[in-house]
Amino acid sequence: MSAESPSACRSAAGDGLATTPPERDARPPIPQRRPARFLPWAPAVTLAVMLGPVAAGLAGTLAPAFGWLPPLGGDAFSLAPWHDLLATPGLGTSVRLSLVTGLAATALSLALTLLICAAFQGSRLFRLIERALSPLLSVPHAAAAFGLAFLIAPSGWIARAVSPWATGWERPPDLLTTNDPAGLALIAGLVAKEVPFLLLMTLAALAQADARRMRLAGLTLGYGPVAAWLAGVLPRIYPQIRLPVYAVLAYSMSVVDVAMILGPTTPPPLSVRLVEWMRDPDLTLWFRAAAGAVLQIGLVAGALLLWRAGELAVARLGRRWLEAGYRPRGEGALRILAGAAAALIALSVALGLAAMALWSVAGLWRFPDALPDGLSLRVWMRQGSSLADPILSTLGIAAVTALAALALTVACLEAEHRHGRQPTSRSLWLLYAPLLVPQTGFLFGLQIAAAAGDVTPGPAAVAAAHLVFVLPYVFLSLSGPYRAWDTRQATVAHSLGAGPDRVLWAVRLPMLLGPLLTAFAVGFAVSVGQYLPTLLIGAGRVETLTTEAVSLAAGGDRRLIGLYAILQMAAPLPAFMLAIALPALLWRRRRAMTVAQ
Amino acid sequence: MRDDHSDRGRGLALEGLGVRLGEEQLVAVDTAIAPGEIVTVMGPSGSGKSTLLAAITGTLAPAFRLEGRIRLDGRDITALAPEARGVGILMQDDVLFPHLSVGANLAFGLSRAVRGRAGRRARVEAALAEAGLEGFAARDPATLSGGQRARVALMRTLLSDPRALLLDEPFSKLDTERRAQIRSFVFERARRERLPVLLVTHDPEDARAAGGRILEPVSPGGAPTG
Repeated sequence: MSAESPSACRSAAGDGLATTPPERDARPPIPQRRPARFLPWAPAVTLAVMLGPVAAGLAGTLAPAFGWLPPLGGDAFSLAPWHDLLATPGLGTSVRLSLVTGLAATALSLALTLLICAAFQGSRLFRLIERALSPLLSVPHAAAAFGLAFLIAPSGWIARAVSPWATGWERPPDLLTTNDPAGLALIAGLVAKEVPFLLLMTLAALAQADARRMRLAGLTLGYGPVAAWLAGVLPRIYPQIRLPVYAVLAYSMSVVDVAMILGPTTPPPLSVRLVEWMRDPDLTLWFRAAAGAVLQIGLVAGALLLWRAGELAVARLGRRWLEAGYRPRGEGALRILAGAAAALIALSVALGLAAMALWSVAGLWRFPDALPDGLSLRVWMRQGSSLADPILSTLGIAAVTALAALALTVACLEAEHRHGRQPTSRSLWLLYAPLLVPQTGFLFGLQIAAAAGDVTPGPAAVAAAHLVFVLPYVFLSLSGPYRAWDTRQATVAHSLGAGPDRVLWAVRLPMLLGPLLTAFAVGFAVSVGQYLPTLLIGAGRVETLTTEAVSLAAGGDRRLIGLYAILQMAAPLPAFMLAIALPALLWRRRRAMTVAQ
Repeated sequence: MRDDHSDRGRGLALEGLGVRLGEEQLVAVDTAIAPGEIVTVMGPSGSGKSTLLAAITGTLAPAFRLEGRIRLDGRDITALAPEARGVGILMQDDVLFPHLSVGANLAFGLSRAVRGRAGRRARVEAALAEAGLEGFAARDPATLSGGQRARVALMRTLLSDPRALLLDEPFSKLDTERRAQIRSFVFERARRERLPVLLVTHDPEDARAAGGRILEPVSPGGAPTG
């Protein structure tokens, strides 16, 4: 049947008994969309805020690397900075350390992550691991590195625990367990922080990949759980964790704070030397630093290409394995290895934090005593008043940055929703760009560009620099829940007469309160952990808990380091507690809201 | 026929309404639904039923191409924003806002024309009483039964003073016993409010109970193709 039905037409024409008053008909037609104000611009503004500093920093690095820096007398292009750089003693070792520690830390982190997923996905242990992730992730890199040093140093907790009864050591042994020339401690410190990050990204990918059934298909074909996972699940999820893996590689190769705490010292990896030159009172070293920063970018780019080639090779070998139908035996050992790795990572971070907390309140604590003679709040009391400034600037910068990132992210996602745009893989690359360019590669240039642009170094400039790194993480944290929101809620709200803004503020944002607060907490923690942007863009005038803690690394006052590292670790906790407590409080009488989260 | 359409008649008129995605014709309907009339659209899933509803509520994704006109009580709403159309919709899962109480859900729907806290609250209470849900205002929607939720969703829609009602398989999740009860409640309320109703369903029982005409999303002799 169709409109030709005469009865329909007759009654449509002849019925005048509608309950709505007739004057509503006289309303002038409302244009389909009110002219939006900021929203259509949000993606462009966000990209500018995020990538503008990267571009400015790259320009500010490239010019002095080729001799151009007029304020310091560099007014002609030359290769002199490169000659100077290449003539630096130990440069080869520094470059090798950057490459080897970065690649090794990344490969090891990825291998352990995949092994843990392959061995335990779907098990009760896996849920335990999932629950341990967030606390592990929220620990800043520097705090985790200090914690590890407190454990494994020759005079650390492990040596004390087994001395003298097992080792016979009455004094700390003359071993290089931290700052070892091969960078093993540095690799361990990076792995402890990057495995939780990669696990989180893998979990997000697994949720969309129908992993359970793929794994089951492998199991019923006679493959063990690990082999079934590697054959059936990994090929589907790797494309989704590729960018995070690249970010881990770029980060591990150019990290500064962890390398200063755990890395080799004579000579240190390239990134640490770059920062030494950048911070040197002799400003002519800036040219060498700029050339070195360009070298660092080139190294990371080369390593990324190498990694890509490795991916292709592994994929080819993997296909051959799959087609051969080989069912490996002895998976039990792999599962034990995976369990041990997961436990070791969680334990080392947790025990490291405990060691630092204990040191900060330790009285006399002689080697090889396992515990201090007594406890004292002396360090806390003595530092008391001088702690206020770094605590306030840490929390203030983190709050402002995370809030700005959250607002921009919501604006971008809402613009995407209202204009019906689909996220593309290119936009994901743009999002990861600040995480793929090494920090040492562009932050120094940004400092130069900021000075050239008369930007006063201070908390505001530091917050703007933090935003570059906070935005990607906030976006990654929020975009999943935001896009997964049931748009039928919007359809219903519209049909009840609510415009797009009312739907956003009264329905969508309240329903997403939990994910919003979590994204805020993630951004907060990322900001708290920033070392290099605070140091360089703040020009030494902005002191946060992180810069204070790292600057103590060389000194070796354990009580003071412990105090600052514990504070640094505790700084993001209020944000995470808010993210858990506020929704639980607000939605305590809304069952569907608490189940959903 | 043409003359009838252009009459200042009331009801929901879909005039040569077509929706395409690329080359594919998803919807082709040409009909008029009178106040108090219930027209049923039947078809298997994926047959364009939800596309038809999205066209009428104004929530089609940009990739779809819309042809023809939609008139509601004589007013051309084809290009209006969803919130300005006066088209209410009830969905399969009643889609009560989970973060609001039952009363706040109803107040969200209640027209802005009703002013004053006390006045608005009284209207909400009256609507609840009408649905046999006195004293439910402070309740968490998640604690209601399926039938109660369906009634709250209907009352919320009616409080927004819609001039047409779309039903998107609103009874399919209810158990058989409740289904008939809720169905007659919805139909009776819609008829009493003299709303033109478009019911989308795959349950022949729904269509029988509606007792009106039955269309397909792409009706023979519907919107012109090609």
